[in-house]
Amino acid sequence: MLPPMPQPAPLVLDTLQRDTAALLQEWFVELKAQGAGSDHRISESEMREQGAELLRVLGAAAETGTDVGAEPWRPVREFLDRMSRSRAVQGFSSSETATFLFSLKRPLFARLRARATDAAALGEATWTVTELIDRLGLHTVATFQKSREEVINRQQEEMLELSTPVVKLWEGVVALPMIGTLDSARTQIVMESLLQRIVETGSEIAIIDITGVPTVDTLVAQHLLKTVTAIRLMGADCIISGIRPQIAQTIVHLGVELDGVTTKATLADALSLAFKRSGLVVTRAKA
Amino acid sequence: MDRIPILRMGDFLLVTIQVDMHDQLALTLQDDLTAAIQRTGAKGVLIDISALEMVDSFIGRMIANISRMARILDARTVVVGMRPAVAITLVELGLSLAGVDTALDVERGMRRLRDALDEAGVASADHED
Repeated sequence: MLPPMPQPAPLVLDTLQRDTAALLQEWFVELKAQGAGSDHRISESEMREQGAELLRVLGAAAETGTDVGAEPWRPVREFLDRMSRSRAVQGFSSSETATFLFSLKRPLFARLRARATDAAALGEATWTVTELIDRLGLHTVATFQKSREEVINRQQEEMLELSTPVVKLWEGVVALPMIGTLDSARTQIVMESLLQRIVETGSEIAIIDITGVPTVDTLVAQHLLKTVTAIRLMGADCIISGIRPQIAQTIVHLGVELDGVTTKATLADALSLAFKRSGLVVTRAKA
Repeated sequence: MDRIPILRMGDFLLVTIQVDMHDQLALTLQDDLTAAIQRTGAKGVLIDISALEMVDSFIGRMIANISRMARILDARTVVVGMRPAVAITLVELGLSLAGVDTALDVERGMRRLRDALDEAGVASADHED
């Protein structure tokens, strides 16, 4: 546990509050030298606005002490939260986001040196500033990480929703084109939505197309078998289609028994079997 | 209600389960149904479970057993209208009800029974010739 933060040296305060314009200027020279903003993900004016805003809240908060977790520092923290969140959405990396803050160090040290009158005070002030910026940087990275995780979670949920489109191919025939890896959570949702659609449409034939499933292991095969059994229990028939040669090999090598399951190589084969079972004939209009 | 009604429709018996099954009810149904098949000489049994919302392993096995008993008494059984949630539960319980005929609704179930009866009729007629 660190001792309570003392009031920062007047030197630091003065630098933060009086030299704002010069600091901002030098900060952006530094940022440009590092190549920030060169790829147009963020406009220079936006970055400048953020910089000015940060220096303003920083100057105000520094008056009360250097404990970044304290209440008076809330505006600074909130600003950093907002900033790193927007950076995460704009596609910046965590180090790029942190560098934005860390590049403030050099101009700040330069300003301190210019103002300092004795070496001891300068040393003290430099330490205070380093610690301060490091803490803020850590906070920024933590927030950045959190917002990235939020983005990932949201995308996962969206994928789950996207991954279960049950389409009606014909009167009495529904199909489920499966795309992506099958895990227990997804299979459960896929199974439920397929069974639900079978009830809604009164379809007697369901086709599960696994062309988009990259690999089949014993677990995936078991999930498929469960789905097929559930469909049969409801009184419909199930055809599995889109089995690629490698997957056929894997299934046999794994020793998975697909007995009693109708399998077809392509969705077209499955559909023509479905037509046959429902007594439909497809003919060419012109000979 | 301590009994599930068994209705006769021509050659078939119709059982509609409208309440949640408990074990005693299932056993009573098993007795009643086998007795009814024997009495009426029915050729098919249609069990409608579209109102059944919950099953356990016992009820699942009862359905399979009833179907097998009916088969021994020379009657085909079709289970119709199983809800998705019930189907998923049975599969998760490891009950695949192998050998039990299923259909989506009563109409399709009746057609299935009639088709089976026609086939059997044709077969036996052939046999007599």
